[in-house]
Amino acid sequence: MYGMGILKGLGITIKHFFATYTDEIRYGLRKYTKAVDNFQIRQGPETKGIFTSMYPDEKIAVPERFRFVPFLVVNDDDHPDAPGADWCTACGICAKVCPPQCIWIVRASDPNTGRPVPRPDEFYIDIDICMNCGFCMEFCPFDAIKMDHDYELASYDRTTVHIHDHERLIKPFSYWKSIAPTTATEEAEARGGWEHIDVIKERKKREAAAARAAAAAQPAAAPAPQASTAAETPAAADVAAPVAEAVADAPAPVVDEAEEERKKAERLAKREAALARKKAKQEGGDN
Amino acid sequence: MVDHAAEPVETLKTGTPEDAAAYLLEKFPGAVSADTRPGFQGVIVDPAKLVEVAQTIKDELGYDFLSSATAVDYLGYGDHLEMVYHAYRISGGTALNFKAQTDRENAKLPSLVGVWRGADFQEREAYDLYGIHFDGHPNLKRILLWEGFDGHPMRKDWKEAYYEDELKPFDSRWPDGGGVHRSEEKNVFGKNVRYPADFDLAKLTDISEESLYKMAGVDVEMHAMDDGVRTDTLVVNMGPHHPSTHGVFRMIISLNGESINTLEPVMGYLHRNHEKIGERNTYLMNMPYTDRLDYLSSMGNNLGYAIAVEQLMALGPRYSPPTYRAEVIRVLMAELTRIVNHLWSIGFLLNDLGAFFTPMLYANNEREKILDFFEAASGSRMMCNYMRFGGVFKDIPERIKSMATMVNDRVRDYDTMQFLSQMINERLPRFIDEYDRYLTENEILRERCIGVGVLPAEDAINLSAVGPLLRGSGVAYDVRRAEPYSIYPELDFDIVVGKNGDIFDRYAVRMQEMRESLRILRQILPRLEQTKGEPIVSGTQAYSPRVPPGESYGRVENPKGELGYYVVSYGDDKGTQNPWRYHVRAPSFINLTALGPMTRGMKIADVVTILGSIDIVLGETDR
Repeated sequence: MYGMGILKGLGITIKHFFATYTDEIRYGLRKYTKAVDNFQIRQGPETKGIFTSMYPDEKIAVPERFRFVPFLVVNDDDHPDAPGADWCTACGICAKVCPPQCIWIVRASDPNTGRPVPRPDEFYIDIDICMNCGFCMEFCPFDAIKMDHDYELASYDRTTVHIHDHERLIKPFSYWKSIAPTTATEEAEARGGWEHIDVIKERKKREAAAARAAAAAQPAAAPAPQASTAAETPAAADVAAPVAEAVADAPAPVVDEAEEERKKAERLAKREAALARKKAKQEGGDN
Repeated sequence: MVDHAAEPVETLKTGTPEDAAAYLLEKFPGAVSADTRPGFQGVIVDPAKLVEVAQTIKDELGYDFLSSATAVDYLGYGDHLEMVYHAYRISGGTALNFKAQTDRENAKLPSLVGVWRGADFQEREAYDLYGIHFDGHPNLKRILLWEGFDGHPMRKDWKEAYYEDELKPFDSRWPDGGGVHRSEEKNVFGKNVRYPADFDLAKLTDISEESLYKMAGVDVEMHAMDDGVRTDTLVVNMGPHHPSTHGVFRMIISLNGESINTLEPVMGYLHRNHEKIGERNTYLMNMPYTDRLDYLSSMGNNLGYAIAVEQLMALGPRYSPPTYRAEVIRVLMAELTRIVNHLWSIGFLLNDLGAFFTPMLYANNEREKILDFFEAASGSRMMCNYMRFGGVFKDIPERIKSMATMVNDRVRDYDTMQFLSQMINERLPRFIDEYDRYLTENEILRERCIGVGVLPAEDAINLSAVGPLLRGSGVAYDVRRAEPYSIYPELDFDIVVGKNGDIFDRYAVRMQEMRESLRILRQILPRLEQTKGEPIVSGTQAYSPRVPPGESYGRVENPKGELGYYVVSYGDDKGTQNPWRYHVRAPSFINLTALGPMTRGMKIADVVTILGSIDIVLGETDR
C-alpha cells in the first residue's frame, strides 16, 4: 500500500521518542545521580534512548589517553630531594617533532661557565597553534611533557593569555598520575621507578658501584647489598606503591641507622655532583 | 597500428605495468623512455606525443581509470615541472605510471581531458598550483585559489606570507626559543596579501556576477520550452554559505525554467595549501595533518599516508613491515571509520531530502559510541592521529575508562573487547536493520532518489569517480580487492554494487557497505583476541625518520572512495627527512568532476540531493 513506508518510519520515530522516557522510568531519578553505574548504563552500548549529558552540570569524563594542550611535569611539592624540580632537560625533541612548531624552548646555561645545563630557562607553548596531536608526549624521552585533560580553556583575551609560559605549563607529577594512572604506571615500569629517569639511572649506577666496592672489601658480607637491590628492582607486574617506597628509603637491612643516615647523605651529594657533571658533559659534547 | 590490432589485444589488456611500459617503448620509439631515477617507476613521455600515448594506454592497454594526475616541481634538479599520471584498470592490478616534463618558464602540456574526463579538475589544480598551461583544456582557470592570487604556490620558490624557513623543524624554536610571538603579529591581516603585477582589484568580477550583469543588461537569453512557453536563462548562485553544501562550497547554476543547463562548482574556500605545508613538514609531522583532510574518517586518512610512506621505506635496506596485530588494529579502525562515515553520510542525505535531523540524530547516536572507542584508543574523537609508520600509536586499551578530574565529571568504565563485541555483534547490526526499515521503504525518499542524478557506468569510470559513487553505477571497483593492502586478502567480504547509478543506489550501496564492514569486523574480533599482547609496531619509532629516495603512490579505499597519496623523496641519495612532494588524491575533490554532468537536465531542487549523494567533505575537497 502506498504510504506504508512512511507509516512504518513514523512508527520507528515514535519508538525512539518513547525510548528515552522508558529509560527514564526504568532507572528513575537514579539515572542522574553521581553513581558510576547509572551513567555507565546511560552512556554505554546498552542504552536505548537519546543519551545527551547535561553539560556543565554533568560532564563526560575523558578517557586516559585524551589529549589536550600539553603541560610540563615537575616534582611534587612534597618531594624529599628536589621539590618542584623540572623533569624537562631541554633536549628539544618536542620542539623538533612538533608539527605546527608551537613549542619554544630556551635552554638554561651555567652563569659562570656559559655551558648548557639540562633544564629549560624558558618554555613556551602557543596553544592557538597547538594541534593536540600528542607527538611531544609520545617522543619525550624523559616523560616530562604530557597532554592535559583540562579542556576548559576559554579566556576573555586571546592576545595575552594564549601563549603559555613555563609557570603556566608546569603541573606536579602527582597530577599526571591522577589523570592517567595506567599510562603513568606503564611509564614508571619502563623507567624502573617513579622518579625521573636520570635519578633512577644514577641510583642504579651508584648501587652497582657500592655493590662492587662491598664485594671487594668484604666478600663474606655480599648478600646484604644484593638483598637491597632485589627489593628495589620492581617486579614488572606491580610497580605501584611498594616501588615508590622502596625508592624513597632504601636502607640495607643489616646496617645500623646512624651509619645508614651518613651514607645516604654522602650518596646524595655524590649523586648530585655526578649528575650535574654528566649532564654538562653530555650537553657540551652535543654542541 | 594495423598489425598491432591483429595481435591478440586481450593479452595487452591483462599484462603487468612492466609489459605495458615495454609495449609503449616499442610502439613510440624516441617519444617514450623509461624513468631510471632510483626508486622511480614508469615511463617518461614526450609532451608532443602525450595525448597519443595516453589514448594507447587507455584503449590498447586497457588502463581505463585515471586515478591521479599531479605535478612536481624539480627546482634545482633539472629545473622542470613534471606531470605524473597514475592509470589503473577497473578490473584491478597495479598502476601504470607515466610522466611528462616541461620547463618551468614556459610550462605547457597537452590536456588529457579528451582521453579521461577525470583529468579535468586535476589539471585545473595543477594549473592553479603549478602554473602549467594545458592546451586543449575546455575550462582552464584557477580552481582552489582566486583570480587575484599572486603566483603558483606549490612551486618550490614560492613563499607564504608567514614564511619562516624552507623545512621544519625551524631553528628558532630550540635551544634559543626566546623569540616567541603570535604568528598574526608577523602576518598582519590586510598586509598578508599580494596581487599579481597587472591586477586591478576593482575590475575583478566574479563568474556568477558576470552572468548576472549579463542578465540585467540586454543579453538575456530566451528559451522556448516544449509547450511553447518562453523563459529566461536564470543564474542561481548556491552557497558558499548554504546549509545544503555541507560546508563552504558553491555552485553556480544556470537554469532554464527549473531545469539545469549547466552547473559549475566553485571551491577553495577552505583551501590551506595542505600540500605545501606537507612539503615543509617531516614525514611524521604530516600524520596529524592528514586527520584534517576528511575529518569524518581520519583513521582511513592516516592509514593511506602510512601505507604510502611505508612503500617508500621498503625501498631502503632496513625496513620491517607492520606487525600482524598492527594490521588487525588498522583494519578494525578503518572499518569502524567506514561505518562512522556512512552513518553520517546517510543522515545528511536525509537532511538534504528534508527529513530534518531526525534520521541524522539516530545515526549520530551510534556514531558517538564508535567515537568513544576512538577516543579511548587514540586520545581524540575525530583527529585520531593513530597510525604510525610500521604500526599504530598504541595498543587498544584494555578498558574504555575515564577518570574524574574536573568538577561534575561523570565516569565510565567498560571492558574494551566486550564493548566492541557488543557494538559489532548486537547494537550496530540491530541499528542498521532498523535504519534500513526506517528509510528504505519510505515513499518520499524513493520518489526523490530513484532515477535522479543518474551516472552511467562508463561515465563514472571516465570521470574518475570512486567509492560509493562509482559502485552505485554498477562498477565493482574497490581498492580493497583491486589492489589489496593490509590483511584484506584474508578477509571475507563482498563488494557492494548498485545497478542504475542513481541517488538511491548510492544510498543503498552505503547501507549495505555498513553491513559488509560489520562482516569484516566480526572476523577481526577473534584476530584481536588471538594477537593480544603482540607488538603493535615494528622496530622503533624515530621522531624524524629518514626515508630512502623514490616515489610511491599509496592508496586505500576510504569511505568516500579511493584516497591516494603520492609521496616523493628526492634530493639526497641517503634519504630525506622531508618529502619533496606530498600530494593527496582526494576522493571528495575528484568526485565533484561528476557533479556537473550528473545534474544536467535535472531540476534545481534535486541539486542538493545529488550533491549530498556524492558525500563530500570540504576539508578534503579544498585541502
